[in-house]
Amino acid sequence: MAGAQAGTRGKAIMSALLTIDAVSKRFRGVLAVDQVTFEIGSGSIAAVIGPNGAGKTTLFNMIAGVLAPDRGAIVFAGDRIDGLKPDQVCRRGIGRTFQLVRPFPVLSVEDNVIIGALLHRNDPAAARRRAHEVLAQLDLFDKRTQRASALTLPDRKRLEVARALATDPKLLLLDEVMAGLRPVETDRIVTILRELNRATGLTILLIEHVMRAVMALAERVLVLHHGAAIAEGAPAAVVREPAVVQSYLGAEAVD
Amino acid sequence: MRRLIEGVPPRGLVGLAALCLALIVGPWVANDYLLTVLIVILYFAYTGQAWNVMMGFAGQLSLGHAIYVGLGAYAAAALYVHFGIAPWIGLAAAIALAVACGALIGFLAFRFGVAGVYFAILTIAFAEFARIGFDHFGWVGASSGFFLPVANYAHNDLWTLRGNPTMFYYVMLVLTAAAFVLCRILLKSRIGYYWQAIREDEAAARSLGIDTFRYKMYAVIISAGMTSVAGVFFAFYYNNLFPEQVFHISRSIEMILGPIIGGIGTLFGPLIGAFLLTGLSETMLELLGALGLDVPGAKQVFYGICLLLVVIVLPEGVWPWLARKLGLAEKQS
Amino acid sequence: MPAEIYLNVAVAGLLTGLVYGLMALGLSVIFGVVRVVNFAHGEMMTIAMYLAIALFNALGLDPLVMMLPIAGVLFVFGYALQAGIINPFINRPEHSQFILLVAIGLIIVNVLLIAFGPDARNVQTSYAFDSFMAGPLIVDATKVYVGAATILVTIALFAFFRFAALGKAIRACADNYTGALVVGLDINRLYALTFGIGAACVGAAGSMLVLLVDVTPALGPAYTLLAFIIVITGGLGSMPGALLGGVLIGLTEALAGLLFTPSAKSMFSFGLLVLVLLFRPQGILGRRAA
Repeated sequence: MAGAQAGTRGKAIMSALLTIDAVSKRFRGVLAVDQVTFEIGSGSIAAVIGPNGAGKTTLFNMIAGVLAPDRGAIVFAGDRIDGLKPDQVCRRGIGRTFQLVRPFPVLSVEDNVIIGALLHRNDPAAARRRAHEVLAQLDLFDKRTQRASALTLPDRKRLEVARALATDPKLLLLDEVMAGLRPVETDRIVTILRELNRATGLTILLIEHVMRAVMALAERVLVLHHGAAIAEGAPAAVVREPAVVQSYLGAEAVD
Repeated sequence: MRRLIEGVPPRGLVGLAALCLALIVGPWVANDYLLTVLIVILYFAYTGQAWNVMMGFAGQLSLGHAIYVGLGAYAAAALYVHFGIAPWIGLAAAIALAVACGALIGFLAFRFGVAGVYFAILTIAFAEFARIGFDHFGWVGASSGFFLPVANYAHNDLWTLRGNPTMFYYVMLVLTAAAFVLCRILLKSRIGYYWQAIREDEAAARSLGIDTFRYKMYAVIISAGMTSVAGVFFAFYYNNLFPEQVFHISRSIEMILGPIIGGIGTLFGPLIGAFLLTGLSETMLELLGALGLDVPGAKQVFYGICLLLVVIVLPEGVWPWLARKLGLAEKQS
Repeated sequence: MPAEIYLNVAVAGLLTGLVYGLMALGLSVIFGVVRVVNFAHGEMMTIAMYLAIALFNALGLDPLVMMLPIAGVLFVFGYALQAGIINPFINRPEHSQFILLVAIGLIIVNVLLIAFGPDARNVQTSYAFDSFMAGPLIVDATKVYVGAATILVTIALFAFFRFAALGKAIRACADNYTGALVVGLDINRLYALTFGIGAACVGAAGSMLVLLVDVTPALGPAYTLLAFIIVITGGLGSMPGALLGGVLIGLTEALAGLLFTPSAKSMFSFGLLVLVLLFRPQGILGRRAA
C-alpha cells in the first residue's frame, strides 16, 4: 500500500520523516478526518491549521497513537506506526505535548523532565544531567526545584515541551502550545523552537491557531476544514488562498 | 550507598540513627507486654510499607491486601506442618504464590482497564473469594483452623522460627528495615520515577514512552511478594490460622491505616502511622482497662476516628506535616 | 431433586433479591448523582436494621410498618452526613473519598458492636411462619409481604424521579453538572437530598431485611460489598439496573446455595462480579461513563 504510493512520489518520500497517507477517522457517523495526506521532511517545521473542529487534534492523536485511523497509513522513519499504542509511538521517536498541559503536579520541574529523559537512560543520574540540559534550553533551569503545580501557564507550557524533548524525539508534536500566551511569551518559545530545529535538526509539527507563530516557524502549512485538507504549501501562499480565507481567517489577522 | 542518603538533611540522618539505635536496644528495656506491642507496630509498619508500594508509589488502591498475607501464611505453614520444611525455604513458596495471585489480579485489572473504585472492589472480591475458599480447604484445616506445633519458648530456633518474643522482634525489625531500604532504592531508581508518573497522570506517562501496564504489574507483584513475607511471619508467630480472620476485610483495612495516617507515598509514613495508631490505641485500651471497662470494638472506633481526622485535616498524612515542622523535608538537589 | 424445590428456592431468592435491589438502588442513586462511592452503604443499612430490632423489642412494632419512619430517620442521617462531612470531598481524588467512607463505615460497625454486642439478633413477627401456597409453589408470607413492599417503594421512587420537580432537578444534576449550575439549581442541597434519598432506600431495605436474616454488626461490610456487586453487575447509575442486579444476585445465591454448599454461595456472586468487570464494566443496563 504505502509502497505503491511511494513509487509515484519517488524522491519526495526518501527524505520524508513522517508520511500521513489518506488517513480517515470517523466518530459515530461524523467524519472527523477525511482522507488527509501530508508529508513532513526530516529537519523541517510544519504546521496544521484550521478552524475549531477541523480535525487537527484527531489527526495528532492518530499520529501519537491515542487513536487508530479507520483508513490509511501513517509511516514514520520508514515504518508503519498507525495502530501503535502511545508509549510505543514515543519509543519510536515521536514526542508530544497536550493541548491542556499535563505536568505531573506534585513532582518538581526537574523530576518531570527526568521522567522524560529516563526513556533512553536507565540511570537517574544520567537522566538528571540530560534534564538539566533540556531545562537550560527551555529557560527553566532556575525553576527546576519548584513544584510543577506552582508554575505559571507559560512556564508549564515550556515544561511540557522540555519533558517531551527529554525523550530525545526525532519528531516533536506540539498541540496548540502557544494558546493563552502573550505575544512576548509566544516569541520566546518560537525562538527556542527555531534554535532547536537549527542546532539539532529536530523535526517539528505544530497545531496552531496563533498565526504569529505559524508564520514565524513553519516552512509548510496544511489547512484542514471539516476534516479534509483544503490547502497546503508555504505559509505566505496558503494564507492568501481564497478557500482558506473563507473558511478560517475571517477573525485571525496576520501580524 | 551514597545515593541512598543523598538529599537527606543532616539532622534527618541523626534522627534516623537514633531511631535505629532505639529499636535495636528496645527489647532490653521493654517488658513483655511492651515487646509484643512493638512487634505489632513493626508488623504494621512492614505491611503498610508493602501496601504503600502499590498505592503510594503506583497509585493503585488495593483493599484486599490480606489475601497476600493469607496466601503467604498458609503456604509456609502447610509446608512446615505437612512436610517439615523450614519457613525460610517455605518463604519461596509463599512469595511465589502471592506473586502469582498478584499477577493474576493485575493482569485482569490492567488488561481490561479496571481502575479506581472498580479495581478496589476487584481486590476486595478476590480476598473474599480466598476467605470462603480456604474455609473449605481441608488440607489446611478449613474453617476449623490450622495450627503449628508450639515449641518450648526457652529454646530459640531461628531456622524454624520457634522461640520467644525477643527473637520474633528482631526478625520483624530486620524485615522492616529491609523493606525500608528496598523502598528507598526503588523510589530513587527509574522504576520509582515511572511509578510516580503513572500515579500522577497515566496518559501523560504513556506519552513519555512508559509502558504503564508493565510498571503497574511490577508494583502489584513487588507489593504482593513483600506482603506475603509478613504472612509467613504471622503464621509462625501466632501459630494458628483461621481463614475467617486472616483473609477478612478488617485485616485489609488495618493494613492500610498506618500508611494512610502516616502519609501515602512517603517512606516514613507507614512507620509513623503504625507507631501512632498502635501506640495510641494500646494506651487507650490501657486507660479503659484501668477504668474497669472492656469494650470490644473501641479500638476500631478509635481507628475510624483517626482515619477520619487525618483524611479531613491532614490529607497528606502526619509524616509530611511533621517533617516540615521538624525541618526534615528533603531538599531537592 | 424434584423440580418444585428449585422453583421454591428460585422464587424465594427472587423476592429476597428485590430487597437487595432496593438497597443497591440507594447506592446507584448516590453514585449516579453525587458521584460519591458510598463504601459505608451496608453499614448504614445495619443502622436501620438495629433500629427496627430495637423498636420491635421495645414497642412490639412490626418492621414493615416502621419501614417509612425508619427510612425517614436514615434520610436525615444521610442528608446530614453528606452536607456535613462528605461534601468537601466531592472534588478530592477518588481514593480520599473511599477512605473517608471506609472510616465512617468502620465507626458505624463498631459503635453498633459496642451498643448491641456481636450476637445475632432477629425479629420474629406473628406471621413469621406463615406461607402462601399456589400449586407447587410454597412461599414464606414474610417474603411475599417484603417483595410487595419493595415493589411499592420502587414504584414510588421511579415516580418521584420521573414526575416530581425535585426528582427532575436531581436527574438534571446527574446528567449535566455545569448545566444545572448555570440554570441556578442549588447543587449542594440537591446532593444532600440525594444522599438522603439513597440512605432512605437503605433504611427501607434494612427494616425489611431484618425479617429475613439474622443481624450482626459484621453484616455491614458484607452488604456494602453485595451492593457494589449488584450495582456493578446491573449498571452503575442505572436504577432499573440495580433492581435487575439485585434479583439476579438473589437468584444466583439462592440456587447456588441449593446446588452447592450454602457457605459457598457468595463465591458465585464474586465470580459474576469478576466477569462483569472484565467483559462488560458498564454492567448489564449501564451506559459507558462519559
